[in-house]
Amino acid sequence: MSIVSNTEKALDNAERLNGELNAFLSIEREHALGRAAELDAVAGSKLNGLAVAVKDNICTKGMRTSCGSHILNDYKAHYDATAIKRLNDAGAVMVGKTNMDEFAMGSSNETSAFGPAKNPWDVTRVPGGSSGGSAVAVASGVVRAALGSETGGSVRQPASLCGIVGFKPTYGRISRYGLVAFASSLDNIGIFGQTTRDVADVLGVIAGRDPLDSTSADVPVPDYAATLDNDIAGKTIGVPRALLGEGLDEDVSEKVLASIDNFEKLGAKIVDIELPYAKYGIAVYYIIATAEASSNLARFDGVRYGFRAEDAPGLREMYFKTREEGFGAEVKRRIMLGTYVLSSGYYDAYYSKAQKVRALVKRDYATAFEKCDAILTPTSPSVAFKLGEKSDDPISMYLNDIYTVSANLAGVPAISVPCGLSSEGLPIGVQLVGNFWSEDVLLNLASKYETAFPLEAKPSIYVG
Amino acid sequence: MDVRKIAKLAHLEISDAEVALYTPQMADIVKYVEQLNELDTDGIEPMLGGLTAEGETTLTIREDLAQPSLGQKAALSEAPSGVAGHFQVPKVLS
Repeated sequence: MSIVSNTEKALDNAERLNGELNAFLSIEREHALGRAAELDAVAGSKLNGLAVAVKDNICTKGMRTSCGSHILNDYKAHYDATAIKRLNDAGAVMVGKTNMDEFAMGSSNETSAFGPAKNPWDVTRVPGGSSGGSAVAVASGVVRAALGSETGGSVRQPASLCGIVGFKPTYGRISRYGLVAFASSLDNIGIFGQTTRDVADVLGVIAGRDPLDSTSADVPVPDYAATLDNDIAGKTIGVPRALLGEGLDEDVSEKVLASIDNFEKLGAKIVDIELPYAKYGIAVYYIIATAEASSNLARFDGVRYGFRAEDAPGLREMYFKTREEGFGAEVKRRIMLGTYVLSSGYYDAYYSKAQKVRALVKRDYATAFEKCDAILTPTSPSVAFKLGEKSDDPISMYLNDIYTVSANLAGVPAISVPCGLSSEGLPIGVQLVGNFWSEDVLLNLASKYETAFPLEAKPSIYVG
Repeated sequence: MDVRKIAKLAHLEISDAEVALYTPQMADIVKYVEQLNELDTDGIEPMLGGLTAEGETTLTIREDLAQPSLGQKAALSEAPSGVAGHFQVPKVLS
């Protein structure tokens, strides 16, 4: 099949399903078909025309990049993010930009200014967030792979809730140039795949040092796809049993415990570990992430780009009205929290304290990785919940990320892989967290797992 | 917590209804994060950013060479209001 006809199929499917799933905020037919025709005309490229979807907070030249927000409603980026450029150069075809929680702030996709994406397993349920649209685009079979972004679990959690693979790299592994900043010390570009191989193929192309992102590290990029099938006998997996009790759904607990046995069957050695500071992760996160966000989002003021409120009599009034009308409730709440924790007299009590506990969370991992190659936990404490179920209760929403935020705080890589269905037939994910730069180990473990114990079921809305 | 004062610091003009909504929510979140106070962090070095050891040592210094930049036309093309090659804003002084 030609790349053009493959691309057409993905575009048609994206359009056909969007009324029901709302996964895409824009579908870039002209761009995609043009790129596909170019690729058909040359010899094989590395990704050979792979259709990909991209979260709408990653800049795509000349194309809308809204961040799921009214304040950037009609914004068209002037340049491609480095990850986009590298995907293009390797022969991927970007078919559209995906729905997301506004500025990536949310765990359900419900804070999007353009309405939530819906879970293809049950459209009355959330797909997770914040990269919900990318997760839905992959889970529904429109594309094999998609880019998302992660600040506290925004790729892994929706991957878990949608029954696909979701991956967060080591901080500095993938350039953040062109990723609209939320909390710069926690943000990463992440990858969704129908399989771990899809993730490995994309990671191999976009990883590596980029002079345009001074936090990208100069660490060699291995051939991830080459080691996916390596034997995992003898690999050691640490399990923090203390974290597998309170607040965890019974179905999730059962399937995650079963996945531990399954890894043992594959030859992995299971050891008990402790992560005593992990339970403080959410508290640390909501200080550091909001503080950084309050600073990063100061740039949206109606002057250089995006929405500007009308009829403001003066400059200051224009700033206030633009931000009031342009941002949604969750974004305002987080900007204000961040402003509060950084404000005079409170800085030491909140921000400084959080930075110290963040150091302890990182130390937890260092200690644990003396005993194991990867750490296994649930990805999310529950399966996909109902739309609207948690939207009035910020803390209950924030606790969705209890198992995922620590990896962002420490900077270590992590992956979520499907490990079964709940009694209601909703997908459950198991998370593996690795040491710095051990992406190859995580992808190997995940790949062997999904090959030996595949999730055979497909969502009720699926075009693959 | 004076939510209206915080909103002002954050350049947000929030409504009375929003003050009523955010005040208890933000109080709950602040109470939640205050659980960190039960931890003894004396002598712990704060973790300032997300960089790994390798990230810390990656050379970010480059030759000081002029390179193409965005340019005036492109920089202004997304602006809500621009005039004569400048960003335009409402009156600053009355």
